[in-house]
Amino acid sequence: MTAAEKPSYRVIGTRPIRPDGVEKVTGKALFGADARPAGLVYGKVLRSPHAHARILSIDTRAAEAFPGVLAVATARDLPAASDEVQALGETAVNLKELSDNVLASDRVLYRGHAVAAVAAASVHVAEEAARRIRVEYEPLPVVLDVREAMLDDAPLLNERLLTRSMGKTISDRPSNVASKVQFVGGDVEKAFAEADAVVERHFTTKMVHQGYIEPQTATVQWNPDGEITVWATTQGAFACRGQLAEVLRRPASTIRVIPMEVGGGFGGKTPVYLEPVAAILSRKSGRPVMLTMSRSEVFEATGPTSGTSIHVKLAASGGRLTAAQLDLAYEAGAYPGSSVSAGAMTMLAPYDVENFKIDGYDVVVNKPKTAAYRAPGSPAAAFALEQAVDELARAIGADPLAFREASSSREGTRMVNGMPFPRIGHEECLRAAMESAHYRSPIEGPNRGRGVASGYWFNAGMQSSVTVAVNTDGTVNLVEGSSDLSGTRASLAMQLAESLGIEYSQVRVTVADTDSVGHNDVSGGSRTTFATGLAVHQAALDIQQQMRTRAAKLWGCAEDEVVYEAGSLRCTTDEAKTLTFAGMAAQSARTGGPINGRASLLARGAGGAFGTHIADVEVDPETGKVQVLRYTAVQDVGTAIHPAYVEGQIQGGAAQGIGWALNEEYYYDDDGRLANASFLDYRMPTALDLPAIDTVIVEVPNPGHPYGVRGAGEVPIVPPLAAIANAIADATGHRFSDLPISPRRIVETLHHLE
Amino acid sequence: MEAFEYVAPRTLADAYSLLGNGRRVAALAGGTDLIVQLREARRSCDLVLDLKRIPELRVVTIAADGSLQVGAAAPLADVYEIPEVRRRWPALVDAASIIGGTAVQGRASLGGNLCNASPAADSPPALMVMGARLRIGSAAGTRELPVGEFFAGPGQNTLLPGELLLEVIVPPMPAHSAAFYHRFIPRNEMDIAVASAGAWLQVGSDGTIEGARIAIGAVAPTPLMVPAAAQALHGRKAGAEAFALAAQEAASAARPITDMRGSAAQRRHLVGVLARRALERAHQRATEGR
Repeated sequence: MTAAEKPSYRVIGTRPIRPDGVEKVTGKALFGADARPAGLVYGKVLRSPHAHARILSIDTRAAEAFPGVLAVATARDLPAASDEVQALGETAVNLKELSDNVLASDRVLYRGHAVAAVAAASVHVAEEAARRIRVEYEPLPVVLDVREAMLDDAPLLNERLLTRSMGKTISDRPSNVASKVQFVGGDVEKAFAEADAVVERHFTTKMVHQGYIEPQTATVQWNPDGEITVWATTQGAFACRGQLAEVLRRPASTIRVIPMEVGGGFGGKTPVYLEPVAAILSRKSGRPVMLTMSRSEVFEATGPTSGTSIHVKLAASGGRLTAAQLDLAYEAGAYPGSSVSAGAMTMLAPYDVENFKIDGYDVVVNKPKTAAYRAPGSPAAAFALEQAVDELARAIGADPLAFREASSSREGTRMVNGMPFPRIGHEECLRAAMESAHYRSPIEGPNRGRGVASGYWFNAGMQSSVTVAVNTDGTVNLVEGSSDLSGTRASLAMQLAESLGIEYSQVRVTVADTDSVGHNDVSGGSRTTFATGLAVHQAALDIQQQMRTRAAKLWGCAEDEVVYEAGSLRCTTDEAKTLTFAGMAAQSARTGGPINGRASLLARGAGGAFGTHIADVEVDPETGKVQVLRYTAVQDVGTAIHPAYVEGQIQGGAAQGIGWALNEEYYYDDDGRLANASFLDYRMPTALDLPAIDTVIVEVPNPGHPYGVRGAGEVPIVPPLAAIANAIADATGHRFSDLPISPRRIVETLHHLE
Repeated sequence: MEAFEYVAPRTLADAYSLLGNGRRVAALAGGTDLIVQLREARRSCDLVLDLKRIPELRVVTIAADGSLQVGAAAPLADVYEIPEVRRRWPALVDAASIIGGTAVQGRASLGGNLCNASPAADSPPALMVMGARLRIGSAAGTRELPVGEFFAGPGQNTLLPGELLLEVIVPPMPAHSAAFYHRFIPRNEMDIAVASAGAWLQVGSDGTIEGARIAIGAVAPTPLMVPAAAQALHGRKAGAEAFALAAQEAASAARPITDMRGSAAQRRHLVGVLARRALERAHQRATEGR
């Protein structure tokens, strides 16, 4: 949008310091492992050494007899959970499977699967005692690769699993394929037959982890009266409570979840792993119990995102994309529920493609159950599609950005599910990328190349509740329940200040526990600034209305003659009658008591968004090492409430995507042992591996939000995988269709090593 | 982590007296490998013997004969921050300054890096090509051996029961000679060598190679000297042709495995590239200022 079109805001668009900033940079902020209820003891989880085995027996007697042990837990201590699905933000969880994932009952499905746990005064005692638990296993054949798992003779993870599609069972025999999704439009065969150019290629990606710095930790106190308190590092205190209530079969009201600061989540801190186990240990020991994972436990036993196998066939005619045939198979891990349907739905979103056929398969394998990871499902899909789009652009001699623009989605374009897009900003991103100093600069020198790619994410709405208490000194307390993963205290306080016409510094924000605020869905789907922001705005309108009512009473005029504007009340029929926000706040007691605004809502109108990235790389053809020389990320965020935090999100997403492209992977041996379960060998990029990431914020306001917010956090991880791959193809002349494009893969390919 | 006893003796005699007795003793210098291994239950012991309080094990000196003597428990930063070390033994700095990150180097020791005996350790190839020797002590006395003979396999050194590594002795570099060490890692920091190579070259005034040593790391159960590469260089003119021949020998000598850090084929290929580049850089150092 042009500057002239942009509404003028007082607070939105500025860059104030985040409310949680000082505590975090001075080390005073309390994270999950900082919980210290009186009498705290520690636990350790015993995990399966097998990737697939039947549990024949568990003998805990030696552990129970070990000096210092306070309690031992196994699946026998959990009530049988119901076989039903609970929505968890961007993903859903079957509670029976969640329960089995928390403590395996009869079968372990991946190495690292929790089998038992011990509580003791010291974690070392717990660890030694856990080693004394004797578990008798009957090892079963292991299947790790998604396409192998789909074969008829593959070892089965669950003999009762039948393939489902559109709510119906479509297989007549057990399968590792849990579900199939399909989207069809137009006439693919005809379009391919008539095409100017066709590209067909197969792509694979490996499982990768979110790599948050803070490992999973949970502290639970189960009092004899049945009241349970949980100190959790979670993206959603209510989702944590809900899962816990279900797994433990306890009323939700008896469980209070206190959300601690979160040291990184990226989607991975939505399922519960340790909380139910700590709860059982607390119930049995009578003490509050803390369980904290080691880094290798985090890698082996918490949800990464799917490894994928994606087949792409694209056609171009008349200078634009005309047909796409896509086949996606995603690893769900040990239990069904990969992000394949999101992959299938986002894959073609940047383009207006008339003819398409998309098949997606959700496949269980002997690896940890996948969890959400930043735009779950979309990056792998974009890795495949955007490379094929690049190849197609080259095939017809078009500039890769111009080809994308000619094929781009816009308002009214139908998504693959038939829904038309509202106002979206992909074309604006492409134009901004074409006009960027980066894209206009030449890329010169041997072994250097440039790549571009686009990506899409839906962004979510879902449920939020907030309350706003107006203090008599004119300040306000905003009580909300969205875990702050990315500066959302600031982006919410800013929207409240904007809507009330007060200063940002007048707002204090608290992320409350589950007893102290109404229900909030998880901080996920880039929804918090959008949806909880919407609630904050509505709570501000609620306060405005209450103040107008009181002012009308004070002034003896009609309510509709009172206007609330720029932080002040005035009477339209008597200019002398005005009152500031602080002035009215000061009179609360005399005008009817405290003023509290509240809002609770199911947010509609979430704004999907696009990004387009440009990457320059240099490849050392002798060693296969890739240096990213320059990187620019363009993204439509609707409206950037706090531009610095938006830039931070874009840079962070790009950094994770670059790591995914170049080095990150779950490296398994044939027996299903994760060989690189440490930050040493799971190679995320360090600060020295990345260039400064330039950002270009595009603002095409979301019509579904009063300030035009779309959401910012997830889109930026979608394009980098393909942008880097396209740059490497440009630099080396070889197209790498398997991730990661590691030095190993590059030298083995370029030097034809076996 | 299993329970263990911890003792920090002040003298070597006290340290020797704590060895043996049928107990599993783990010598602790910087602890940057050992503590991690104990915590992750990759190693267990009855006694952790902290050597950092023994003064002579922390001393770094340049002896009268011009050799560098590094106490086995001296932190790496104490070695590479000495200007004279940087000037005379730059290849030692090449290695010592990439073991762990900066913070780790204030703690980690050369002795620990050697005793840990990782096939991918950074200091062994550098020390091997410089002709370094190790002084080993026990209650019975001391012995010396070349660095290359210290390694028995992954995580296995040739210390006998009752022995401690006391000192690393790096001889002065002869005139017109220099060494260089580097490794390949996929990232730019905080990583372990996928393959590594050290080279030492002595070059006559007419460019003839008068002496050479090549050592390679992370491509065999132990760091390897490659005598065939040295032979291929001897008497030839320093330059691309000779270096390529030596690189080929280095690649042939490699006995790499495939693991999460790299494949056997990649490592064999890489070690050739690294050996060639190490020779180029050693040559550059040896002939600087001519």
